Amino acid sequence: MIASTDTLDHLRELEAESIHIIREVAAEFAKPVMLYSIGKDSQTMVHLARKAFHPGPIPFPLLHVDTTWKFREMYAFRDSYVREHGLKLLVHRNEEALEQGINPFDHGSRKYTHVMKTQALLQALARHGFDAAFGGARRDEEKSRAKERVYSFRDRAGQWDPKGQRPELWNLYNGRIDPGESIRVFPLSNWTELDVWRYVWLERLAVVPLYFAAQRPVVERDGNLIMVDDERLPLRPGETPRLRMIRFRTLGCYPLSGAIESTARTVPEILREMRESRQSERQGRVIDFDEEGSMELKKREGYF
Amino acid sequence: MTSATANPVLADDLDLAREATRDRLRIVVVGSVDDGKSTLIGRLLYETGSLPEDQITQVRAATRRGEDIDFSYFTDGLRAEREQGITIDVAYRHLSTSRRRFLLADTPGHVQYTRNMATGASTADLAVILLDARLGVLPQSRRHAYLASLLGIRHLAVVVNKMDLVGFDEAIFARLSSELGELAGKLGFQCVRSFPVSASDGDNVVTESARTPWFHGGTLLAYFEEAQVARGHEAGPFRYPVQTVIRPRLDHRAFAGQVAAGSIAVGEEVVVLPSGVRSRISAIDTFEGALPRAFAPMSVALRLADEVDIGRGDLVARPEELPVVARELEADVVWLAPTPLDPSREYLVKHTTRLVPARVTAVRHRIDLERLDADPTPTLALNDVGRLALRLSRPILCDPYRQVRATGAFILIDALTNETAGAGMIVAATEEAAPRSTLGSLVTAAERRARFGHAAAILAVEAPEAGVALDAARALERSLFDAGIAAALAAPEDALALANAGLMCVVASSGSETERAALRDRLGAKSVPAGDGALEAAMRATEPVHG
Repeated sequence: MIASTDTLDHLRELEAESIHIIREVAAEFAKPVMLYSIGKDSQTMVHLARKAFHPGPIPFPLLHVDTTWKFREMYAFRDSYVREHGLKLLVHRNEEALEQGINPFDHGSRKYTHVMKTQALLQALARHGFDAAFGGARRDEEKSRAKERVYSFRDRAGQWDPKGQRPELWNLYNGRIDPGESIRVFPLSNWTELDVWRYVWLERLAVVPLYFAAQRPVVERDGNLIMVDDERLPLRPGETPRLRMIRFRTLGCYPLSGAIESTARTVPEILREMRESRQSERQGRVIDFDEEGSMELKKREGYF
Repeated sequence: MTSATANPVLADDLDLAREATRDRLRIVVVGSVDDGKSTLIGRLLYETGSLPEDQITQVRAATRRGEDIDFSYFTDGLRAEREQGITIDVAYRHLSTSRRRFLLADTPGHVQYTRNMATGASTADLAVILLDARLGVLPQSRRHAYLASLLGIRHLAVVVNKMDLVGFDEAIFARLSSELGELAGKLGFQCVRSFPVSASDGDNVVTESARTPWFHGGTLLAYFEEAQVARGHEAGPFRYPVQTVIRPRLDHRAFAGQVAAGSIAVGEEVVVLPSGVRSRISAIDTFEGALPRAFAPMSVALRLADEVDIGRGDLVARPEELPVVARELEADVVWLAPTPLDPSREYLVKHTTRLVPARVTAVRHRIDLERLDADPTPTLALNDVGRLALRLSRPILCDPYRQVRATGAFILIDALTNETAGAGMIVAATEEAAPRSTLGSLVTAAERRARFGHAAAILAVEAPEAGVALDAARALERSLFDAGIAAALAAPEDALALANAGLMCVVASSGSETERAALRDRLGAKSVPAGDGALEAAMRATEPVHG
């Protein structure tokens, strides 16, 4: 509940800011769409969109750019979530690339990601004529993101020019575009990973169970724990799936998502896990380079 | 429901509750490149545990080789990007302690990047200015202090850095802090605190220094944690710019927005501007349920007791504390675009939720940021700060920036290139002589809406070619009519009259995007693309027209 003094706590302030952004886009653009990747950030963003137009429906569709390689639990979660809340969902796959048999094993993660995610997204935006697309990215995710705007201008090829960004002052966003150009909108810009988890807990948001620790079949591959989610994962010589207590910090295509060993089965346990690793840093203890950190680093270097 | 909710309540819940109540302070950090800003920010991030583990480990690795930890490393990670040319940009960094959370706008310090400093300062509650103890107050320091003050920041922390290089000399610190303190007083800062610091050694950043026994002002971080910052928007007159109308059912009509300033309670009398219609707040809706009261910066949806025509760009206020309804403005503007101001060009003013075409009618002066004095000038160039007179094609509902930040700020958009050209702070606004005449019509818009069963609007069917636009407009009129809407195709000059008569008015709009945008702005029309989806877009255009 809202406190009696006129100050909003941190999460409620972030929430109010995000809702403001989502409403601005709905009011200013002819055809917005919200990217939905089934992760915790997407769940948070869609929840904020529901709040923004309550008791009315969300006035734009969700778009899932599907590589066909997501975890099975993600598809199941997506379908039940969308059904439960009566949301309008578009699913787009790069059918051409699928016919050519593009996959993460034979074509390398970089090329695969470019074709199945980036190209597929641009196809979908062009096909439907969307002029604004919401994404769940946050400024704390990586250094280049720390510099991105809430309204991020994209040219006709859908590209970002970090040097030519429009200055963004106060909460006055410049959504002016010429035909064919578009804006990517990041309503969660000022949230941190920790904020998202606290919000998930505070609002009791549903998230894919893969975020919580459980015994799952994994193989160790190039230093990553890869879950054997279906029979499509080609096992290398010597690889035998073994059950380990793991969870995922970020979710994507299962052959490209590294798990972490963890026993955190609930949101508070995840929060505690995050906090404990931080505190040990602050106390200046010499800790070994932990698996979680290295995994993140790999992802940043092009894994995703 | 997640599996999380099925779990028993844990001891962590208490921590969670406490952590959720911490507020967030927005800080802008400014200083020249060699003032040690990277080192200070790196030190703050490191000592508050705000850095990713991979970076920490890398710095530790460097330490093991027997070197001192270089705290600037944490921000120098960005140098690679900078070499590629992203240099000039503001980066936002998170920092948190058990008492408060901070969003740090890290603004590079070169003179030529003044505009980025303004960007970071526009949302800041507190500014940190770095001085090099050996160099003292530089023109750059004065410039930054001026800009921070112009953008409305009232709390200033002066960090006299590199005290280790002047032997922690108390006299030097006293001289510099009084020099900048005097300037800050003139500039209107309410609270100025100075700190003798060595960012590289950590003195008085997070821990109190044993090397400054003469200093009793605490640490910089402690000041961040304790600063009593009145945001300005929580107090002050109630200002509620309407973003959009939420109408899930015919009997439910709510006006979505974020409270920009002040607060309001259910039952209070309000005025809707620019129409001037009075009503009463009947409900304050949120997803969680109705609230008795709303205050800045909450995002809510208001309902009114009477059927009042409200749309995006309108503003709800109390009758006894009205903003100015103005087309003529005097404003201080920071020029952000590489192309200098050209008074012959058309600009768009984006102010709260309004977008209005504008002309610059006079360039009053330009501030010399070295002397902090006003000089006459024909124009403003990149990074210049000056005073402009503007004339808008439609009124905005505004306040002087010094009184209400949210309704005193605007951006200028170049109508041709779409770039954000300027950041404006309203100094004075002239009240419009008379409200727009309605020729004394005795039929209200609400009555018309009740008769037709829908709000009036102007829909601009847009295509570059005139023939295509007109064909599509005709088709849209037909399909709207078939769908039971009182639709009428009209020439642009007749559109307002028809919309005032309660009709859903369709106009064809062609030419360049700029031309079409100008027509849209002039008529307050909603854009509908010619072709598939036109009807769908038209049906979504529920915002009524005023007049």
